[in-house]
Amino acid sequence: MMPNCREVTERASDFLDAGLPYGARLQMRLHLLMCGICREYVRQMTLVVRTLRRLPQNEPSAEVRMGLLAMFRAERP
Amino acid sequence: MRSERRDTDEAVIDRLLARDEAAFAELVTSYHTSLIRLALTFVADRGAAEEVVQETWLGVVKGLPSFERRSSLKTWIFRILVNRARTRGGHDARFVNFSMFGEIDNEPSAVADRFSAEGRWIQPPSTWQEQNPEELLLRREVAGWLLDAISTLPANQRAVISLRDIEGVDAPEVCNILGISETNQRVLLHRARTRVRAALEIDLK
Repeated sequence: MMPNCREVTERASDFLDAGLPYGARLQMRLHLLMCGICREYVRQMTLVVRTLRRLPQNEPSAEVRMGLLAMFRAERP
Repeated sequence: MRSERRDTDEAVIDRLLARDEAAFAELVTSYHTSLIRLALTFVADRGAAEEVVQETWLGVVKGLPSFERRSSLKTWIFRILVNRARTRGGHDARFVNFSMFGEIDNEPSAVADRFSAEGRWIQPPSTWQEQNPEELLLRREVAGWLLDAISTLPANQRAVISLRDIEGVDAPEVCNILGISETNQRVLLHRARTRVRAALEIDLK
């Protein structure tokens, strides 16, 4: 059975992790082929996930680094 | 990919065991901010988060000779943090209680009320112009909006989406780090992503 739009949003996360079984994946693709709204929804969720992976990463302050290095020097494993 | 990463891990571990300070400094640069962010999942207090990350680094230095290398170095470090936070959670009220971590409640989906009884869209998502992460991040507020959206999630959803999507840790390792089942990991990630997308939709308007 092809999923309806609500079911597409429920499976979107698994879909983009390639976590759906073969049949369900095919049905999902078929729905997306025909439904522009769900296509945009899945595109947005994919975009959110890819953007989270590229968030700018702040480096620790020099003070924090110096403190931890001092700990590394002092600590014998 | 994975074996390359393991090779890099091996080289880093060997340098750390040889007391190479530059290797430790690189490790701190790579993971300190991630550790603070993950710690803030378990405790809202910034000072307490810094304390637990400090304890984590101490645990890394002390534990390295007995690290069995069955997981990646990154997973091992994250797991030390989670274990410290879990221990703290047992007696320090500032920390979340881990007993609820594997629990899944009946929370309705963040978009549940946007469909007809037949499951068709009655309130479709607004179209986004941005085609890729670079375009989205050109709007300076976006990174802050995403982090704000994550900060309002329940702690278990916050931990899963931070590890999976911000840090890029794979699903089995996230289950291992947080001590949750594969099914719950999937449900928590699905809910978190659904809520973060919905929040960004409002922010982008």
